[in-house]
Amino acid sequence: MSAGTVELDDIQGLLRFGYKHQTQASFLLLQIKDREAARAWLASVPVTSAVTAVPSPDTALQLALSREGLQALGVADDIVNAFSPEFVSGLGSDASQSRRLGDVGASAPERWQWGAGQKVPHVLVMLYAQPGRLAAFQQAIEAQCANGFDTLVSLATSEMDGIEPFGFVDGISQPKLDWERTRAVRDQEQLAYSNLSCLGEYLLGYPNEYGGYTDRPLLDPQRDPQALLPRAEDLPAQADLGRNGSYLVLRQLRQDVPGFWQFVNAQAGGDAAARERLAAAMVGRTRQGEPVVASTQDINAFDYQADPHGMRCPLGAHVRRANPRNADLPSGEPGLVSWLKRTLGLDAQAREQDRVASTRFHRMLRRGRAYGAPVSIDRALSGAASSFDTGLHFICLGANLARQFEFVQSAWLASTRFDGLRNESDPLLGTREPAVDGSPTNEFSLPQPEGPAQRLSGLPQFVTVLGGAYFFLPGIRALRYLASARSQGSP
Amino acid sequence: MLVAPLAAGREASLRALLATMNVTPGTADPHNPIVPFAAIERLHYARLVLLDDALQVDLDMLGVPRPRLPTVLSFMGDCDGPAHEVLAELVQRAGEGLRSIFAHCEGFVADTDLLAWMQAHDRPIAASYVNWVGRTVRQIKEESALQRVLSATISRVAVNSGAQARALHAELRSFVNTEARAGRLVLTPDAPTPFMWRVAKLAHLLLVPLVGLLFLPILIVLSPLLIYLLRTRETTDPEICPRPQAKALGELQVLEDIDVSNQYTAIGAVKPGLFRRWLVSVLLVLINYACRHVFTCGFLARVQTIHFARWVFIDDKTRVIFTSNYDGSHQGYMDDFINKVAWGLNLVFSNGVGWPRTRWLILGGARIEQDFKRYQRRHQVPTQVWYKAYPGLSLHDLTRNQRIREGLENTQMSDAQTLAWLRLL
Ligand code: HEM
Repeated sequence: MSAGTVELDDIQGLLRFGYKHQTQASFLLLQIKDREAARAWLASVPVTSAVTAVPSPDTALQLALSREGLQALGVADDIVNAFSPEFVSGLGSDASQSRRLGDVGASAPERWQWGAGQKVPHVLVMLYAQPGRLAAFQQAIEAQCANGFDTLVSLATSEMDGIEPFGFVDGISQPKLDWERTRAVRDQEQLAYSNLSCLGEYLLGYPNEYGGYTDRPLLDPQRDPQALLPRAEDLPAQADLGRNGSYLVLRQLRQDVPGFWQFVNAQAGGDAAARERLAAAMVGRTRQGEPVVASTQDINAFDYQADPHGMRCPLGAHVRRANPRNADLPSGEPGLVSWLKRTLGLDAQAREQDRVASTRFHRMLRRGRAYGAPVSIDRALSGAASSFDTGLHFICLGANLARQFEFVQSAWLASTRFDGLRNESDPLLGTREPAVDGSPTNEFSLPQPEGPAQRLSGLPQFVTVLGGAYFFLPGIRALRYLASARSQGSP
Repeated sequence: MLVAPLAAGREASLRALLATMNVTPGTADPHNPIVPFAAIERLHYARLVLLDDALQVDLDMLGVPRPRLPTVLSFMGDCDGPAHEVLAELVQRAGEGLRSIFAHCEGFVADTDLLAWMQAHDRPIAASYVNWVGRTVRQIKEESALQRVLSATISRVAVNSGAQARALHAELRSFVNTEARAGRLVLTPDAPTPFMWRVAKLAHLLLVPLVGLLFLPILIVLSPLLIYLLRTRETTDPEICPRPQAKALGELQVLEDIDVSNQYTAIGAVKPGLFRRWLVSVLLVLINYACRHVFTCGFLARVQTIHFARWVFIDDKTRVIFTSNYDGSHQGYMDDFINKVAWGLNLVFSNGVGWPRTRWLILGGARIEQDFKRYQRRHQVPTQVWYKAYPGLSLHDLTRNQRIREGLENTQMSDAQTLAWLRLL
């Protein structure tokens, strides 16, 4: 295997495709009840790869395992423990982590419907199908699984035409993966925001944005005598169990659609246009997907450089928090002197723009799907909160759980101090729990060119976490290896 | 910073005692009966930490003898004005409690003179950083109260003209004056910087470069040798960055992300040999110089989230302790370290045993993301007791509140400045 190759046939398709044609989807959360039967199924289940299929397949199956799942399969402890610490400890089992991620109050793991305590899934089976094809596909798969697995939960999704339950177009912005591997493998400062992102940010076994290889289980080749696994690019003597795999975060986020629109409507004094403007300011995009910071042809080709104070797109807007679109160093005059001044922190203007971490180390591929019945704004405005059960099965992929999902969730979305803000966290996701010193977190500020910022207060909680787990989405050869007896032996 | 070895067999009882001072693990109750930190008005931050010699195992990997070192208790604080005055105040207000803590240390007995003992165990600070030199606890608290009152009072309407902005400013000024007269707001004027302090600072400003100049010719002559020594070491020094134990990591994480600020304490051995010992000593003198004369108002190079930081040598310069108080999450802090000031970290810490490989003293090292992250977590030590005088306030808040006050007191602002000032609210 030479550097530069990408084994598309070994990578699960979800890393390359969102399966938009496969509008139907269902996520099965399984627990292993019979190890041998489970392994037999995992050894042969057809998993759709990232090779382009023409026409787009009728159905696709993707598969991921949790730490508990690896253990239930009997995978050797030293292999399990060589996965990232966040994956090993999992989601929802550690109070420090819950505090960091904002999984507190109504979103606390103790209240989850699945994902904590005895309800940790072992295997996630993701089924995608073209319209009308899901039911039969799911039935067939469930029948195949029946011997080896119990179904913990079966998460249905709904077709909302790419619109998430609050009514906004979703899935517009994604990092562009460098499949051709054009980015040089080295640690180099990037002075402009770019949407092109190194493969190693999403796939283990490839160089990441630092020019390094993210930690993953590397095995002595004796544990893989048939060379089932690829060899590590950086350490060719080792078998790379991580190669072509990724970590997957799944969180069931219930959305209170009536709560959202009723709050926004009240703030707008019932005025429809003002309501739309405010809702767009909270998201950072209009419901149709246009960025509020600038109208551009390509609705994903923009950044926030020309709006440093958030006059057009509030600093705290969801998409601005989730991807601040900045570079490694604030911009300035060309030339070495200016670069040096900015690097040493001696440029006051640059310092003003330097409060947010460089975006390129904190990207993720989002692959979530909406669930529940869509609620129109009119119905939302008249309906009672509890009568609708809808939301997002949030899914994201990345090679480094700590630096990508956890960082974005905690340091950006849940943080009450993002980019110098105060008393507010993400306008969509915030838990609104007061800080320990008693200060509120339920505000939202809209900076104004003329005078003090407009401040909304009393934002209710719109999104509640109902469950969640971390998974490893293996390369297809790695999946077969994990299903084989080889992975059970001690070193 | 006070450092004292524990008496044999006293560690468990000390840990138990320290735990009683906290409201949540690691976070001090400001009014705890043992050391009621809040009673010391000039104290910004304080911490009590136990440091053992577990990491000295790394010396085995270098093949050098490993002296067994006793576990030490360290007590440190960041305060306004001369440290000895604050120490005396501590002894006066928390004498009993401090005695009960230090009674766990070697050589501390019932009739030990507390103040003299504390002074005797004080270690010199090799380098220290203060985010904003001269910003006192009192000022921070008063300005925070001012900000809260003004933010709640101001009418959030569009301001259409300079005249209107100025009128709003004048209105808020007179409002604050009324509040101040009624005793509801206090804004103590800045105390003048003591004369001797300014003299000392000036002397330091001149002296360090002067000494540097004296040594410059020697340095130039020796530079090929020094570069050779550095590069041979840099290419062969072992990197020791294994993954920290999950349990140890958990013990650090329970202490974090409770307030907007967090604490960081780490310890490590200096690489053996005179070369590294001298190099790190000189570099810390230079860093201290930069912190005292350049990075004095709001930033340490590109990092704007560190309240206080310090480097201290212990055990005859064979180990270094680094401590800091910073805003935001640990992940964010490490992100800043890697992406903004990796070069600065490398300067100092690459002289520590096991640091990820550097090139030319500033390249590589902390930029090797995962090695660095494992390294720093492994060298981090849980802080048993941590006190912050102004919970809920970040440095960004402090700086903004300071600007609010300056703007309030300034009657000469232009229209644009007045508008910008209103936006701060
Ligand atoms: C129910 C909860 C959520 C809702 C309703 C929601 C909604 C949205 C919407 C409408 C967009 C704009 C569409 C686009 O740019 O593709 C968006 C973008 C985004 N969201 Fe969320 N989101 C939710 C949860 C999350 C969570 C939990 C995360 C991460 C931890 C997240 C991360 C992102 C990111 C990274 C973007 C793209 C920003 C960009 O690149 O400009 N979202 N979200």
